[in-house]
Amino acid sequence: MSDDSRRISRRAAITTTAGAVGAALLARAGLAAQDAPAAPPDPTKLPGMPTSAVSGRSPFVHPERAPTGVLSGPSFTPLQELTGTITPSDLHFERHHGGAAVIDPQKWKLVIHGMVEHPLTFDLEDLKRFPSVTRVHFIECAGNGRNAYRTPKPDMTPQQVDGLTSNTEWTGVPLSLLFREAGVKPKATWFLAEGGDAAVLSRSIPVTKALDDALLVWGQNGEPLRVQNGYPVRLLLPGWEGNACVKWLRRLELIDQPNMSRDETSKYTDPLPGGKARQFSFEMDAKSVITSPAAPTKLSRAGWWPVRGLAWSGRGRIARVEVSTDGGKTWADAEVQGPVQPKAHVRFQHMWNWDGKPALLLSRATDETGAVQPTRAAFQAVRGVGTDFHFNYIRGWRVDRDGAVTFEGAA
Amino acid sequence: MSNLSGVRSPGLAGLAFLALLAGCSDGRGAAPATGDAVRSPAADPAPARPVALPASFNLGRAASAAEIKAWDIDVNPTGAALPEGRGTYDAGQKLYAEKCAACHGAKGEGMPPVYPMLIGAEPRDFSFADDFKKHKTIGNYWPYATTLYDYINRAMPLTQPGSLSPDEVYSLVAYLLAENGVIGRDVAMDAKSLPAVKMPGRDRFVVDDRSGGPGFK
Repeated sequence: MSDDSRRISRRAAITTTAGAVGAALLARAGLAAQDAPAAPPDPTKLPGMPTSAVSGRSPFVHPERAPTGVLSGPSFTPLQELTGTITPSDLHFERHHGGAAVIDPQKWKLVIHGMVEHPLTFDLEDLKRFPSVTRVHFIECAGNGRNAYRTPKPDMTPQQVDGLTSNTEWTGVPLSLLFREAGVKPKATWFLAEGGDAAVLSRSIPVTKALDDALLVWGQNGEPLRVQNGYPVRLLLPGWEGNACVKWLRRLELIDQPNMSRDETSKYTDPLPGGKARQFSFEMDAKSVITSPAAPTKLSRAGWWPVRGLAWSGRGRIARVEVSTDGGKTWADAEVQGPVQPKAHVRFQHMWNWDGKPALLLSRATDETGAVQPTRAAFQAVRGVGTDFHFNYIRGWRVDRDGAVTFEGAA
Repeated sequence: MSNLSGVRSPGLAGLAFLALLAGCSDGRGAAPATGDAVRSPAADPAPARPVALPASFNLGRAASAAEIKAWDIDVNPTGAALPEGRGTYDAGQKLYAEKCAACHGAKGEGMPPVYPMLIGAEPRDFSFADDFKKHKTIGNYWPYATTLYDYINRAMPLTQPGSLSPDEVYSLVAYLLAENGVIGRDVAMDAKSLPAVKMPGRDRFVVDDRSGGPGFK
């Protein structure tokens, strides 16, 4: 048999019994259809995988959150392993207060009541029949960066430093539209948002935010919300701390004073020097973090390296990101890669010709209000060493002579 | 259930809603095609117009009094929503040992950071910004006593949320407030006495004064 005929007969066999062959190949590899088999020595000499119901990641790619394994706690997004600005849905950070609730969408309902003309109950179909919008916004936990601020360690990665922020294309209905249906009474100045999880988490939100840009979202990056992000519906308050973006939403009550819930009094308040604490500090300050090079990366040799990272502000668009490679003595404007959307992560890049000498990399964001990311010293002077939330000071990464990169907590 | 056809008023949110939808488009709307001499007007289809939005979409249904009551569990500082019932220090002490101490410690010392410390008077001067190791407790930080009822009732114990009766919640509140030195052990908690409790941290909280712009706050 000639080489050609052998090739043709093999191709015919694959065509006629593709499913069986594919299944046999996968069975030989001991893998389910959605998993990728090990890479063959030469992928041009062996058919690849058949089509499958759900794609898995390459067997060489293993991004993972860093869960703490407790019911009331966080898991961190691996910022250093991601590209662009969108956080894959299965890697969106978590912070639950009574575990991630599993909710049957057929049983889900939303009740809007209190100071309204018409108390209303919506099911999921009702909600999706309203005109919807799709917007890209970050959600950042108000406590993001606490460990790095209080107990910095050189081996901390971007995930461990700032992994409680994620950026998503959300789809949902403007909350103002639902409030319009219910007829919010003029004396209602706040609303209580409550989740249907085991914490029945509740937060008081000014009505002005609902009239501005708040959404009830059911879509996350082109598909329904992940369980961990509040399936089937969560509140999204663009630019505001994650805790207030109540997941597994079940109730909105229009009220004329804040409820003083646990998460707006004993938690999510900011102790300040002088024996005070800031309350209802919803907005996330302008911030940036270099995600590469960063621990645990090691630069293999001197020469050109991109310094890349993410920047965002809860008050609008990022106007500028600067990068310093000499610990803040000099700064250069980084390329801010559009589209620059308000209250969303943007990617920045600064091409750096490393001379092989020790360096200290910093990034500094400025938002469209003119707010500039402060140094750690300036942050500490205003907020105190013991403050508890909203850690937006400048992060540093130290590059050693051998190319090793470590987190510089004192930068 | 019937829809509230024709009875819903646009209310406060009406204007903001219209502005919001306008923000969803590219803002160009139906700009006239001036200066376009090549196209024949006769060949143009009818110009596209946005659908006029109704005053109400009449989606959803009237919420029943029963379903509102079943979920309307929040208690604010006025205490107006507190239920009937009564709780004592002694009953609370027993309940705390049974249902709370496993996570929050026999003496309310907690297992930070997951299970916070509940009992502790120091620092009296609210100097938390000076040292992150200073623990925020009910006695030194929480500004409202009603928050205790609201939170325990909805979310505690962690593995059996929503399982406590009003008497049990009042009792735990009485115990925790007394152990924090806020009230005496002889003071019972109910819908009248609880909102009257003034917490040591009450006057320490200030409104957020950040608004962006130059100058870090």
